[in-house]
Amino acid sequence: MIAGLEEITDGTIAINGRVVNDLPASKRELSMVFQSYALYPHMTVRKNLAFGLQNLKMDRAEIERRVDEAARILQIEPLLHRKPRQLSGGQKQRVAIGRSIVREPQLFLFDEPLSNLDAELRVQMRVELASLYERLKTTMIYVTHDQVEAMTLATRIVVLRAGRIEQVGTPEELYTKPANLFVAGFIGSPKINMFDATVTGTGADRKLNLGDFGTYPLPPELAEGHERMTVCVRPEAIKLDSGSVQAEGRVRLVEYLGSETIVHVDLPSGTPLIFQTHQMEKHRVGEVVRVGYDPADQHLFDADGQRLMLGETLVA
Amino acid sequence: MNATEAALAEKELDEAARVAHEYRLAKNKRERRARLFKHIFLIFFSFIMLYPLLWLLASSLKPENEIFGSLGLWPSTFNWSNYSEGWEALPVSFTIFYRNSTIVTVLCVLGNLFSCSFAAYAFARLEFTGKRLFFGLMMMTLMIPYHVVLIPQYVMFLKLGWVDTYLPLIVPRFLASDGFFIFLMVQFFRQIPRELDEAAQIDGCSSFKIYWAVILPLSLPALATSAIFSMIWVWEDFLAPLIYLNDIQNYTVPLALRLFIAQEGESAFGQMFAMSVLSLVPVVIFFVAFQKLIVRGIATSGMK
Repeated sequence: MIAGLEEITDGTIAINGRVVNDLPASKRELSMVFQSYALYPHMTVRKNLAFGLQNLKMDRAEIERRVDEAARILQIEPLLHRKPRQLSGGQKQRVAIGRSIVREPQLFLFDEPLSNLDAELRVQMRVELASLYERLKTTMIYVTHDQVEAMTLATRIVVLRAGRIEQVGTPEELYTKPANLFVAGFIGSPKINMFDATVTGTGADRKLNLGDFGTYPLPPELAEGHERMTVCVRPEAIKLDSGSVQAEGRVRLVEYLGSETIVHVDLPSGTPLIFQTHQMEKHRVGEVVRVGYDPADQHLFDADGQRLMLGETLVA
Repeated sequence: MNATEAALAEKELDEAARVAHEYRLAKNKRERRARLFKHIFLIFFSFIMLYPLLWLLASSLKPENEIFGSLGLWPSTFNWSNYSEGWEALPVSFTIFYRNSTIVTVLCVLGNLFSCSFAAYAFARLEFTGKRLFFGLMMMTLMIPYHVVLIPQYVMFLKLGWVDTYLPLIVPRFLASDGFFIFLMVQFFRQIPRELDEAAQIDGCSSFKIYWAVILPLSLPALATSAIFSMIWVWEDFLAPLIYLNDIQNYTVPLALRLFIAQEGESAFGQMFAMSVLSLVPVVIFFVAFQKLIVRGIATSGMK
């Protein structure tokens, strides 16, 4: 829709303050990198890069200059005479990005550009994209399912689910103040821990009952309403043998990652819990451990999965 | 283990090796025989399939009295004069017939390639009202035998004053009248990833430019297939030229071949067969030249 390949049903789209609802794709001064690269198989790399510019009836020397410049930035100069089928995945990706750079657009659209690359190349291209952005300073809209890409590359993230916006914010905001359960569960790896809780008592006496973790007082802002809620705690906020709220559990799985260890624990009620530790102590499967956290680290969500604001504001 | 036992064991080993060797020999022999039978079988049926063609080739070299006299293929004498005399045997030289056939065929093939790919692009990629209906109608024309529309078409071209010209043969080809090729190309175009269209759209291409600069170059195999079939069909077409062409000066090769069969008196069969053989040559050349394009196939690897 932003690119003008599909009709919009409602609202307006503006690029640099110019409403582009009725402009065809080519007049919107944007360029797009496709998931499948969509290079023209019958053209050489040079022609692939130059094709859009030729359609703009641009001066031949100017086309040459821009193509060479893009090839230099992306280090694909030796490949200019090749056809796309003679390129590796990463090279095709560069050419696809090159094709979008030469147009010097107002806006880049990236549609999951790295999802067809292998893990190593993906990390490398991610770094290159980040430096490309530093260099060009052109707005990029980047679609991805990979939260690492989202968190590392973005200045602002829009989390979408089934076409609806769940939250807009900086990577930090999304991580520290997820607006709802979906965002909380989506951002962060390993996944955030979620515990169902009920509320007992009334007024200032209200308490949160978490089963395995026992009961403890609710923050004073939540004096009424919300009989049921979900408590979420990040794996790194869970500590061994400390924290004001504690529970015992049996270790089910230990994932040793070198710099950190991810431990999966089953609580007595059967609720799974994950915690992350950088300490070198060894955990064995079947071992009983005592885990805990501080209520300051918890995120509370109401029965509808919306974040319960406790004196904080969300930038939307 | 003492010496006798060792000798015994060695003997047993030798015996086992001998049996295995014999078994292998027998197996090889069986396999060779099976292969031989397979080949005899295949060669025999190939010969049956090829017999008419070989007969045509042989008959073009036989003296007139020998053609229908024996079933044998080998001519008693090689009568090459059938070719040289046959070329000029009719009131008009075969040079003219070949020229006529070439004009008609080249224009028809070009017409088919352009108009059918154009129509196919519309069906495969563009959105317009009644697209499904029109596609259905186009498919229906595939099912109508030519002989049904023969008379209405003749009347139409007669009224236009096009009879005894090449126009009735050529003009319809430029109007995408051949549903078969449209269908073939629609199927092919649909395989081309839509992202390429979208990329071209962002690159500033109009629908026509997408067709011309992206879809067509990627469709060489489909175009080659269409070119081969339409070349063969037009070159060998007998019925349409028979109906629309009257003047012998305008005759195409298949019409001219019929002239050898005299209504009365003696038919020059040897010469007719010689010219028939020659009429196959362009088809074979065209096929060999273009089939490489089909084989080479499409390189869609601009995609992942």
